[in-house]
Amino acid sequence: MTQQFYVSPEQLMKDRADFARKGIARGRSVVVISCRDGIALVAENPSPSLHKIGEIYDKIAFAAVGKYNEFESLRQAGVRYADVRGYSYDREDVTARGLASVYAQSLGAVFTAEQKPFEVELAVAEVGSSPDADHLYRLTFDGSIADEKGFIVMGGQADKVSESVAAGWQVELDFAGAIRLALAGLVADKETDTLPASAVEVAVLDRGSESSRGTRRAFRRLDDADITALLAEEN
Amino acid sequence: MQETTANQVAANATSSFTEHLQRQRPDLLPFGQQHFGQQLPAGSAATPLQAPHGTTIVALTYAGGVLMAGDRRATMGNVIASRHIEKVFPADQYSVLGIAGTAGIALDITRLFQVELEHYEKIEGTLLSLDGKANRLGAMIRSNLPMAMQGLAVVPLFAGFDRPAGLGRLFSYDVTGGRYEEQEHHTVGSGSMFARGALKKLWRPNLPEQDAVAVAVEALYDAADDDSATGGPDPVRQLWPVVYVVNRTGAFRVPERELAAVAGTIIESRAVAQREA
Repeated sequence: MTQQFYVSPEQLMKDRADFARKGIARGRSVVVISCRDGIALVAENPSPSLHKIGEIYDKIAFAAVGKYNEFESLRQAGVRYADVRGYSYDREDVTARGLASVYAQSLGAVFTAEQKPFEVELAVAEVGSSPDADHLYRLTFDGSIADEKGFIVMGGQADKVSESVAAGWQVELDFAGAIRLALAGLVADKETDTLPASAVEVAVLDRGSESSRGTRRAFRRLDDADITALLAEEN
Repeated sequence: MQETTANQVAANATSSFTEHLQRQRPDLLPFGQQHFGQQLPAGSAATPLQAPHGTTIVALTYAGGVLMAGDRRATMGNVIASRHIEKVFPADQYSVLGIAGTAGIALDITRLFQVELEHYEKIEGTLLSLDGKANRLGAMIRSNLPMAMQGLAVVPLFAGFDRPAGLGRLFSYDVTGGRYEEQEHHTVGSGSMFARGALKKLWRPNLPEQDAVAVAVEALYDAADDDSATGGPDPVRQLWPVVYVVNRTGAFRVPERELAAVAGTIIESRAVAQREA
Protein backbone atom coordinates (compact mmCIF):
# COMPACT_ATOMS: atom_id res chain seq x y z
CA MET A 1 0.00 0.00 0.00
CA THR A 2 1.26 3.41 -0.82
CA GLN A 3 1.78 5.75 2.06
CA GLN A 4 -0.10 9.06 1.83
CA PHE A 5 2.04 12.16 1.99
CA TYR A 6 1.64 14.17 5.15
CA VAL A 7 0.13 17.60 4.57
CA SER A 8 -0.14 19.89 7.57
CA PRO A 9 -3.65 21.21 8.35
CA GLU A 10 -2.37 24.77 7.90
CA GLN A 11 -1.17 23.98 4.40
CA LEU A 12 -4.37 22.11 3.54
CA MET A 13 -6.61 25.00 4.62
CA LYS A 14 -4.41 27.55 2.88
CA ASP A 15 -4.55 25.58 -0.36
CA ARG A 16 -8.32 25.30 -0.18
CA ALA A 17 -8.70 29.01 0.58
CA ASP A 18 -6.43 29.96 -2.32
CA PHE A 19 -8.43 27.70 -4.61
CA ALA A 20 -11.74 29.24 -3.58
CA ARG A 21 -10.40 32.79 -3.79
CA LYS A 22 -9.16 32.19 -7.32
CA GLY A 23 -12.59 30.92 -8.38
CA ILE A 24 -14.33 33.94 -6.92
CA ALA A 25 -11.86 36.44 -8.36
CA ARG A 26 -12.76 35.31 -11.89
CA GLY A 27 -16.41 36.37 -11.43
CA ARG A 28 -17.99 39.74 -11.96
CA SER A 29 -18.83 41.92 -8.99
CA VAL A 30 -21.97 42.48 -6.94
CA VAL A 31 -22.73 45.59 -4.87
CA VAL A 32 -25.27 45.73 -2.03
CA ILE A 33 -26.03 49.23 -0.75
CA SER A 34 -28.20 50.26 2.16
CA CYS A 35 -29.82 53.66 1.60
CA ARG A 36 -32.75 55.87 2.59
CA ASP A 37 -35.38 54.04 0.46
CA GLY A 38 -34.19 50.55 1.38
CA ILE A 39 -31.46 48.27 0.12
CA ALA A 40 -30.31 48.22 -3.51
CA LEU A 41 -28.65 45.11 -4.93
CA VAL A 42 -26.74 45.57 -8.17
CA ALA A 43 -24.82 42.89 -10.07
CA GLU A 44 -22.96 42.86 -13.31
CA ASN A 45 -24.73 40.01 -15.06
CA PRO A 46 -25.42 39.76 -18.79
CA SER A 47 -27.88 36.87 -18.39
CA PRO A 48 -31.52 37.92 -18.01
CA SER A 49 -32.57 34.62 -16.41
CA LEU A 50 -29.64 33.21 -14.42
CA HIS A 51 -29.86 35.47 -11.43
CA LYS A 52 -27.16 36.41 -8.96
CA ILE A 53 -29.68 38.23 -6.80
CA GLY A 54 -32.75 36.59 -5.34
CA GLU A 55 -35.62 36.93 -2.92
CA ILE A 56 -35.42 34.78 0.19
CA TYR A 57 -38.29 36.07 2.30
CA ASP A 58 -40.42 39.13 3.08
CA LYS A 59 -37.58 41.47 4.04
CA ILE A 60 -34.60 39.32 3.11
CA ALA A 61 -32.64 39.15 -0.13
CA PHE A 62 -29.62 37.22 -1.30
CA ALA A 63 -26.75 38.15 -3.59
CA ALA A 64 -23.81 36.01 -4.61
CA VAL A 65 -20.70 35.80 -6.71
CA GLY A 66 -18.79 32.71 -7.78
CA LYS A 67 -19.94 29.43 -9.26
CA TYR A 68 -23.57 29.55 -10.34
CA ASN A 69 -24.55 25.99 -9.46
CA GLU A 70 -23.07 26.32 -5.98
CA PHE A 71 -24.68 29.59 -4.97
CA GLU A 72 -27.95 28.61 -6.64
CA SER A 73 -28.16 25.51 -4.45
CA LEU A 74 -27.43 27.71 -1.42
CA ARG A 75 -30.13 30.16 -2.47
CA GLN A 76 -32.70 27.38 -2.81
CA ALA A 77 -31.68 25.95 0.56
CA GLY A 78 -32.14 29.42 2.03
CA VAL A 79 -35.64 29.77 0.56
CA ARG A 80 -36.56 26.34 1.97
CA TYR A 81 -35.14 27.20 5.38
CA ALA A 82 -37.00 30.53 5.49
CA ASP A 83 -40.31 29.13 4.23
CA VAL A 84 -40.29 26.21 6.67
CA ARG A 85 -39.42 28.51 9.54
CA GLY A 86 -42.04 31.11 8.61
CA TYR A 87 -44.65 28.40 8.14
CA SER A 88 -43.97 26.59 11.40
CA TYR A 89 -43.51 29.70 13.61
CA ASP A 90 -44.54 33.00 12.10
CA ARG A 91 -43.45 35.20 9.24
CA GLU A 92 -41.80 37.71 11.56
CA ASP A 93 -39.62 34.98 13.10
CA VAL A 94 -37.58 34.67 9.92
CA THR A 95 -34.49 36.85 10.28
CA ALA A 96 -31.38 37.49 8.23
CA ARG A 97 -29.28 36.66 11.29
CA GLY A 98 -30.77 33.15 11.51
CA LEU A 99 -30.35 32.57 7.80
CA ALA A 100 -26.78 33.91 7.77
CA SER A 101 -25.76 31.60 10.58
CA VAL A 102 -27.21 28.59 8.75
CA TYR A 103 -25.26 29.62 5.66
CA ALA A 104 -22.10 30.10 7.74
CA GLN A 105 -22.46 26.60 9.17
CA SER A 106 -23.02 24.95 5.81
CA LEU A 107 -20.17 26.83 4.15
CA GLY A 108 -17.89 25.98 7.07
CA ALA A 109 -18.84 22.31 6.92
CA VAL A 110 -18.23 22.13 3.17
CA PHE A 111 -14.90 23.96 3.51
CA THR A 112 -13.48 21.50 6.04
CA ALA A 113 -15.17 18.22 5.19
CA GLU A 114 -15.82 18.12 1.45
CA GLN A 115 -13.36 17.42 -1.33
CA LYS A 116 -13.50 20.96 -2.60
CA PRO A 117 -14.74 24.15 -0.95
CA PHE A 118 -17.57 26.22 -2.45
CA GLU A 119 -16.19 28.94 -4.71
CA VAL A 120 -18.76 31.50 -3.61
CA GLU A 121 -19.18 34.62 -1.59
CA LEU A 122 -22.65 35.56 -0.36
CA ALA A 123 -24.47 38.58 0.98
CA VAL A 124 -27.65 38.30 3.03
CA ALA A 125 -29.53 41.60 3.37
CA GLU A 126 -32.52 42.40 5.54
CA VAL A 127 -34.30 45.72 5.25
CA GLY A 128 -35.50 47.36 8.48
CA SER A 129 -37.72 50.31 9.32
CA SER A 130 -34.77 52.72 9.15
CA PRO A 131 -31.26 52.50 7.66
CA ASP A 132 -29.93 51.82 11.18
CA ALA A 133 -32.13 48.73 11.40
CA ASP A 134 -30.84 47.24 8.13
CA HIS A 135 -28.69 44.12 8.36
CA LEU A 136 -26.02 43.26 5.84
CA TYR A 137 -24.11 40.01 6.31
CA ARG A 138 -21.18 38.94 4.20
CA LEU A 139 -20.38 35.22 4.09
CA THR A 140 -17.23 33.80 2.60
CA PHE A 141 -16.34 30.33 1.27
CA ASP A 142 -14.84 29.16 4.61
CA GLY A 143 -17.93 30.03 6.65
CA SER A 144 -16.68 33.31 8.08
CA ILE A 145 -19.43 35.78 8.66
CA ALA A 146 -19.16 39.55 8.89
CA ASP A 147 -21.81 42.10 9.82
CA GLU A 148 -21.27 45.09 7.52
CA LYS A 149 -22.54 48.65 7.75
CA GLY A 150 -23.65 50.64 4.72
CA PHE A 151 -22.59 48.51 1.79
CA ILE A 152 -20.96 45.26 0.66
CA VAL A 153 -18.88 44.74 -2.46
CA MET A 154 -17.99 41.19 -3.54
CA GLY A 155 -16.40 39.46 -6.49
CA GLY A 156 -13.65 39.98 -9.05
CA GLN A 157 -12.19 43.44 -8.61
CA ALA A 158 -13.79 44.03 -5.22
CA ASP A 159 -11.06 46.38 -3.98
CA LYS A 160 -11.35 48.89 -6.81
CA VAL A 161 -15.16 48.75 -6.84
CA SER A 162 -15.28 49.08 -3.09
CA GLU A 163 -13.04 52.15 -3.13
CA SER A 164 -15.28 53.88 -5.64
CA VAL A 165 -18.50 53.02 -3.75
CA ALA A 166 -17.02 54.09 -0.39
CA ALA A 167 -16.16 57.49 -1.82
CA GLY A 168 -19.75 58.22 -2.77
CA TRP A 169 -21.80 56.42 -0.14
CA GLN A 170 -24.17 58.38 2.07
CA VAL A 171 -27.09 57.13 4.11
CA GLU A 172 -29.44 59.74 2.51
CA LEU A 173 -29.14 58.25 -1.00
CA ASP A 174 -32.39 57.26 -2.70
CA PHE A 175 -32.65 54.16 -4.90
CA ALA A 176 -31.71 56.01 -8.09
CA GLY A 177 -28.65 57.49 -6.39
CA ALA A 178 -27.62 54.18 -4.83
CA ILE A 179 -27.96 52.30 -8.12
CA ARG A 180 -26.02 55.02 -9.98
CA LEU A 181 -23.29 54.80 -7.36
CA ALA A 182 -23.15 51.01 -7.64
CA LEU A 183 -22.95 51.16 -11.43
CA ALA A 184 -20.22 53.78 -11.28
CA GLY A 185 -18.37 51.42 -8.92
CA LEU A 186 -18.80 48.42 -11.20
CA VAL A 187 -17.11 50.20 -14.12
CA ALA A 188 -14.21 51.44 -11.93
CA ASP A 189 -11.94 48.66 -13.21
CA LYS A 190 -12.93 48.93 -16.88
CA GLU A 191 -12.11 51.10 -19.88
CA THR A 192 -15.74 52.10 -20.47
CA ASP A 193 -17.51 54.46 -18.10
CA THR A 194 -21.08 53.14 -18.41
CA LEU A 195 -22.75 49.74 -18.36
CA PRO A 196 -25.87 49.18 -20.50
CA ALA A 197 -29.05 48.19 -18.63
CA SER A 198 -28.94 44.76 -20.30
CA ALA A 199 -25.56 43.99 -18.71
CA VAL A 200 -26.69 44.50 -15.14
CA GLU A 201 -29.17 42.89 -12.79
CA VAL A 202 -30.82 45.20 -10.27
CA ALA A 203 -33.22 44.46 -7.43
CA VAL A 204 -34.31 46.43 -4.40
CA LEU A 205 -35.70 45.74 -0.94
CA ASP A 206 -38.31 48.46 -0.45
CA ARG A 207 -38.31 49.98 3.02
CA GLY A 208 -41.97 51.00 2.75
CA SER A 209 -43.43 48.07 0.78
CA GLU A 210 -46.46 47.80 3.10
CA SER A 211 -47.47 51.42 2.66
CA SER A 212 -46.47 51.96 -0.95
CA ARG A 213 -47.41 48.63 -2.52
CA GLY A 214 -49.55 46.96 0.13
CA THR A 215 -47.37 43.87 0.36
CA ARG A 216 -45.02 42.65 3.06
CA ARG A 217 -42.72 41.23 0.39
CA ALA A 218 -40.18 44.00 0.03
CA PHE A 219 -38.18 42.43 -2.81
CA ARG A 220 -38.65 43.89 -6.28
CA ARG A 221 -36.65 43.08 -9.38
CA LEU A 222 -36.19 45.95 -11.82
CA ASP A 223 -36.37 45.25 -15.53
CA ASP A 224 -34.23 46.98 -18.16
CA ALA A 225 -36.83 49.71 -18.76
CA ASP A 226 -37.00 50.49 -15.02
CA ILE A 227 -33.22 50.72 -14.80
CA THR A 228 -32.97 53.00 -17.83
CA ALA A 229 -35.71 55.22 -16.40
CA LEU A 230 -34.01 55.39 -12.99
CA LEU A 231 -30.68 56.30 -14.54
CA ALA A 232 -32.25 58.98 -16.74
CA GLU A 233 -33.83 60.65 -13.68
CA GLU A 234 -32.09 63.84 -12.70
CA ASN A 235 -31.19 64.36 -9.09
CA MET B 1 -32.91 3.76 -14.27
CA GLN B 2 -29.34 3.82 -13.13
CA GLU B 3 -28.78 5.34 -9.70
CA THR B 4 -26.42 8.08 -10.74
CA THR B 5 -25.73 11.25 -8.83
CA ALA B 6 -27.49 13.19 -11.56
CA ASN B 7 -30.62 11.07 -11.14
CA GLN B 8 -30.57 11.58 -7.40
CA VAL B 9 -30.16 15.32 -7.74
CA ALA B 10 -32.99 15.47 -10.27
CA ALA B 11 -35.24 13.38 -8.01
CA ASN B 12 -34.57 15.62 -5.04
CA ALA B 13 -35.08 18.87 -6.90
CA THR B 14 -38.55 20.09 -6.08
CA SER B 15 -40.19 23.48 -6.35
CA SER B 16 -43.06 22.34 -4.16
CA PHE B 17 -43.07 23.40 -0.54
CA THR B 18 -45.57 20.66 0.37
CA GLU B 19 -43.33 17.99 -1.12
CA HIS B 20 -40.39 19.41 0.79
CA LEU B 21 -42.37 19.24 4.05
CA GLN B 22 -43.54 15.70 3.28
CA ARG B 23 -39.91 14.62 3.01
CA GLN B 24 -38.30 16.68 5.73
CA ARG B 25 -40.97 17.74 8.23
CA PRO B 26 -44.17 15.69 7.76
CA ASP B 27 -45.26 16.68 11.26
CA LEU B 28 -45.84 20.25 10.06
CA LEU B 29 -48.47 19.34 7.47
CA PRO B 30 -52.06 20.22 8.41
CA PHE B 31 -53.21 16.79 7.27
CA GLY B 32 -50.87 14.70 9.46
CA GLN B 33 -49.23 12.41 6.91
CA GLN B 34 -47.50 10.43 9.61
CA HIS B 35 -50.87 9.17 10.87
CA PHE B 36 -52.10 8.24 7.42
CA GLY B 37 -54.88 5.71 7.73
CA GLN B 38 -54.87 5.98 11.50
CA GLN B 39 -58.09 6.96 13.25
CA LEU B 40 -58.28 10.34 14.89
CA PRO B 41 -58.52 9.97 18.67
CA ALA B 42 -61.97 11.52 18.99
CA GLY B 43 -64.98 11.51 16.69
CA SER B 44 -66.02 9.30 13.82
CA ALA B 45 -68.22 9.68 10.77
CA ALA B 46 -71.26 9.04 12.95
CA THR B 47 -70.46 11.67 15.63
CA PRO B 48 -68.22 14.26 14.02
CA LEU B 49 -65.70 16.05 16.19
CA GLN B 50 -67.10 19.36 17.42
CA ALA B 51 -65.07 22.06 15.73
CA PRO B 52 -65.93 25.47 14.28
CA HIS B 53 -67.30 25.40 10.75
CA GLY B 54 -67.19 28.10 8.13
CA THR B 55 -69.99 28.59 5.66
CA THR B 56 -71.02 30.21 2.42
CA ILE B 57 -68.54 31.56 -0.06
CA VAL B 58 -69.75 33.08 -3.30
CA ALA B 59 -67.66 33.78 -6.37
CA LEU B 60 -68.61 35.30 -9.68
CA THR B 61 -66.99 36.57 -12.81
CA TYR B 62 -67.42 40.14 -13.95
CA ALA B 63 -66.11 42.32 -16.74
CA GLY B 64 -62.35 42.20 -16.36
CA GLY B 65 -61.97 39.67 -13.59
CA VAL B 66 -63.44 37.55 -10.88
CA LEU B 67 -64.72 38.29 -7.39
CA MET B 68 -65.04 36.24 -4.20
CA ALA B 69 -66.96 37.02 -1.03
CA GLY B 70 -67.49 35.23 2.27
CA ASP B 71 -69.65 35.87 5.33
CA ARG B 72 -68.09 36.27 8.78
CA ARG B 73 -69.72 33.52 10.85
CA ALA B 74 -68.27 30.26 12.18
CA THR B 75 -70.56 27.81 13.96
CA MET B 76 -69.98 24.87 16.28
CA GLY B 77 -73.14 22.76 16.33
CA ASN B 78 -75.93 25.24 17.00
CA VAL B 79 -73.63 27.80 18.65
CA ILE B 80 -72.00 30.76 16.91
CA ALA B 81 -68.28 30.17 17.43
CA SER B 82 -67.14 33.43 15.83
CA ARG B 83 -68.68 36.51 14.24
CA HIS B 84 -65.35 37.80 12.93
CA ILE B 85 -63.86 34.84 11.08
CA GLU B 86 -62.45 35.48 7.60
CA LYS B 87 -62.85 32.78 5.00
CA VAL B 88 -61.57 34.45 1.84
CA PHE B 89 -57.83 34.97 1.47
CA PRO B 90 -55.44 36.11 -1.21
CA ALA B 91 -53.52 33.01 -2.36
CA ASP B 92 -50.95 35.04 -4.28
CA GLN B 93 -50.84 38.20 -6.33
CA TYR B 94 -53.37 36.99 -8.91
CA SER B 95 -55.58 34.50 -7.11
CA VAL B 96 -57.85 34.16 -4.10
CA LEU B 97 -59.13 31.24 -2.10
CA GLY B 98 -62.33 30.79 -0.12
CA ILE B 99 -62.91 27.96 2.30
CA ALA B 100 -65.95 26.23 3.73
CA GLY B 101 -65.87 23.35 6.21
CA THR B 102 -63.82 22.68 9.33
CA ALA B 103 -62.29 26.08 10.03
CA GLY B 104 -59.09 25.01 11.81
CA ILE B 105 -57.95 22.67 9.04
CA ALA B 106 -59.12 25.02 6.32
CA LEU B 107 -57.05 27.87 7.75
CA ASP B 108 -53.96 25.66 7.86
CA ILE B 109 -54.48 24.42 4.32
CA THR B 110 -54.85 28.03 3.19
CA ARG B 111 -51.60 29.00 4.89
CA LEU B 112 -49.83 26.02 3.34
CA PHE B 113 -51.23 26.87 -0.08
CA GLN B 114 -50.07 30.48 0.21
CA VAL B 115 -46.54 29.36 1.11
CA GLU B 116 -46.65 26.74 -1.65
CA LEU B 117 -47.31 29.36 -4.34
CA GLU B 118 -44.79 31.84 -2.96
CA HIS B 119 -42.17 29.10 -2.60
CA TYR B 120 -42.59 28.04 -6.22
CA GLU B 121 -42.32 31.65 -7.32
CA LYS B 122 -39.09 32.18 -5.41
CA ILE B 123 -37.43 28.91 -6.42
CA GLU B 124 -38.39 29.08 -10.09
CA GLY B 125 -38.35 32.84 -10.51
CA THR B 126 -41.74 32.77 -12.20
CA LEU B 127 -45.41 32.44 -11.21
CA LEU B 128 -47.20 29.12 -11.46
CA SER B 129 -49.88 29.02 -14.19
CA LEU B 130 -53.48 29.35 -12.97
CA ASP B 131 -54.21 25.73 -13.89
CA GLY B 132 -51.07 24.71 -12.03
CA LYS B 133 -52.25 26.52 -8.91
CA ALA B 134 -55.72 24.96 -9.20
CA ASN B 135 -54.21 21.45 -9.51
CA ARG B 136 -51.93 21.96 -6.50
CA LEU B 137 -54.92 22.95 -4.41
CA GLY B 138 -56.77 19.83 -5.56
CA ALA B 139 -53.85 17.66 -4.47
CA MET B 140 -53.89 19.28 -1.02
CA ILE B 141 -57.61 18.67 -0.58
CA ARG B 142 -57.12 15.05 -1.60
CA SER B 143 -54.39 14.67 1.03
CA ASN B 144 -56.99 15.73 3.58
CA LEU B 145 -59.36 12.91 2.51
CA PRO B 146 -58.69 10.64 5.54
CA MET B 147 -59.64 13.53 7.83
CA ALA B 148 -62.64 14.38 5.65
CA MET B 149 -63.85 10.78 6.03
CA GLN B 150 -63.91 11.40 9.77
CA GLY B 151 -65.98 14.53 9.48
CA LEU B 152 -63.25 17.16 9.13
CA ALA B 153 -63.84 18.12 5.54
CA VAL B 154 -62.62 21.25 3.81
CA VAL B 155 -64.22 22.44 0.58
CA PRO B 156 -62.47 25.35 -1.12
CA LEU B 157 -63.38 27.66 -3.93
CA PHE B 158 -60.53 29.03 -6.00
CA ALA B 159 -60.56 32.04 -8.30
CA GLY B 160 -57.83 33.77 -10.20
CA PHE B 161 -56.92 35.87 -13.15
CA ASP B 162 -55.47 33.87 -16.03
CA ARG B 163 -52.96 36.37 -17.41
CA PRO B 164 -52.13 34.66 -20.72
CA ALA B 165 -55.84 34.17 -21.47
CA GLY B 166 -56.76 37.59 -20.07
CA LEU B 167 -59.82 36.50 -18.09
CA GLY B 168 -60.96 35.57 -14.59
CA ARG B 169 -61.56 31.86 -13.92
CA LEU B 170 -63.26 29.94 -11.17
CA PHE B 171 -62.65 26.44 -9.77
CA SER B 172 -64.63 24.34 -7.32
CA TYR B 173 -63.54 21.12 -5.58
CA ASP B 174 -65.02 18.08 -3.92
CA VAL B 175 -63.53 16.38 -0.82
CA THR B 176 -61.59 13.91 -2.98
CA GLY B 177 -59.70 16.78 -4.60
CA GLY B 178 -61.72 16.67 -7.81
CA ARG B 179 -61.33 19.97 -9.59
CA TYR B 180 -64.14 21.48 -11.65
CA GLU B 181 -63.99 24.69 -13.61
CA GLU B 182 -67.16 26.74 -13.10
CA GLN B 183 -68.75 29.19 -15.50
CA GLU B 184 -70.27 32.52 -14.49
CA HIS B 185 -70.58 31.96 -10.75
CA HIS B 186 -70.45 29.36 -8.00
CA THR B 187 -71.00 29.05 -4.25
CA VAL B 188 -69.97 26.58 -1.54
CA GLY B 189 -71.01 26.00 2.08
CA SER B 190 -74.24 25.38 3.94
CA GLY B 191 -75.94 28.54 2.65
CA SER B 192 -74.82 27.89 -0.91
CA MET B 193 -78.18 26.77 -2.28
CA PHE B 194 -79.81 30.06 -1.23
CA ALA B 195 -76.89 32.14 -2.46
CA ARG B 196 -76.94 30.25 -5.72
CA GLY B 197 -80.60 31.02 -6.25
CA ALA B 198 -79.91 34.70 -5.69
CA LEU B 199 -76.92 34.67 -8.05
CA LYS B 200 -78.99 33.09 -10.82
CA LYS B 201 -81.35 36.06 -10.71
CA LEU B 202 -78.84 38.83 -10.04
CA TRP B 203 -75.82 37.87 -12.16
CA ARG B 204 -75.54 38.98 -15.74
CA PRO B 205 -72.68 38.88 -18.24
CA ASN B 206 -70.09 41.68 -18.13
CA LEU B 207 -71.13 43.13 -14.79
CA PRO B 208 -69.16 46.25 -13.89
CA GLU B 209 -66.97 45.75 -10.81
CA GLN B 210 -69.11 47.82 -8.42
CA ASP B 211 -72.30 46.01 -9.45
CA ALA B 212 -70.52 42.68 -9.01
CA VAL B 213 -69.69 43.59 -5.40
CA ALA B 214 -73.35 44.46 -4.80
CA VAL B 215 -74.52 41.18 -6.37
CA ALA B 216 -72.13 39.13 -4.18
CA VAL B 217 -73.19 40.90 -0.99
CA GLU B 218 -76.87 40.48 -1.84
CA ALA B 219 -76.37 36.76 -2.54
CA LEU B 220 -74.74 36.42 0.88
CA TYR B 221 -77.61 38.39 2.40
CA ASP B 222 -80.08 35.88 0.96
CA ALA B 223 -77.99 32.97 2.23
CA ALA B 224 -77.90 34.48 5.73
CA ASP B 225 -81.65 35.05 5.58
CA ASP B 226 -82.39 31.33 5.30
CA ASP B 227 -79.29 29.54 6.59
CA SER B 228 -78.66 29.85 10.33
CA ALA B 229 -74.96 29.06 9.91
CA THR B 230 -74.37 32.04 7.63
CA GLY B 231 -73.98 35.50 9.13
CA GLY B 232 -75.56 38.53 7.49
CA PRO B 233 -74.20 42.09 7.42
CA ASP B 234 -73.98 43.26 11.04
CA PRO B 235 -74.57 47.03 11.38
CA VAL B 236 -74.37 46.82 15.20
CA ARG B 237 -70.79 45.52 15.19
CA GLN B 238 -70.02 47.14 11.84
CA LEU B 239 -69.13 43.75 10.31
CA TRP B 240 -69.38 43.28 6.57
CA PRO B 241 -68.51 40.34 4.33
CA VAL B 242 -64.92 39.89 3.19
CA VAL B 243 -64.78 40.63 -0.54
CA TYR B 244 -61.80 40.30 -2.87
CA VAL B 245 -61.67 41.29 -6.52
CA VAL B 246 -59.05 39.85 -8.87
CA ASN B 247 -58.28 41.52 -12.16
CA ARG B 248 -55.34 42.15 -14.48
CA THR B 249 -53.60 44.30 -11.88
CA GLY B 250 -53.89 41.78 -9.04
CA ALA B 251 -56.05 40.71 -6.10
CA PHE B 252 -57.45 43.48 -3.89
CA ARG B 253 -59.64 43.53 -0.84
CA VAL B 254 -62.71 45.73 -1.20
CA PRO B 255 -62.50 48.38 1.56
CA GLU B 256 -64.92 48.21 4.54
CA ARG B 257 -66.29 51.66 3.77
CA GLU B 258 -67.50 50.55 0.35
CA LEU B 259 -69.01 47.34 1.75
CA ALA B 260 -70.83 49.24 4.49
CA ALA B 261 -72.47 51.40 1.82
CA VAL B 262 -73.40 48.39 -0.34
CA ALA B 263 -74.81 46.43 2.63
CA GLY B 264 -76.68 49.54 3.81
CA THR B 265 -78.37 49.94 0.43
CA ILE B 266 -79.46 46.29 0.40
CA ILE B 267 -80.86 46.40 3.95
CA GLU B 268 -82.68 49.62 3.15
CA SER B 269 -84.22 48.30 -0.07
CA ARG B 270 -85.43 45.19 1.74
CA ALA B 271 -86.92 47.26 4.54
CA VAL B 272 -88.70 49.53 2.06
CA ALA B 273 -90.17 46.54 0.20
CA GLN B 274 -91.88 45.42 3.45
CA ARG B 275 -92.07 41.81 2.29
CA GLU B 276 -91.76 38.63 4.32
CA ALA B 277 -89.60 36.80 1.76
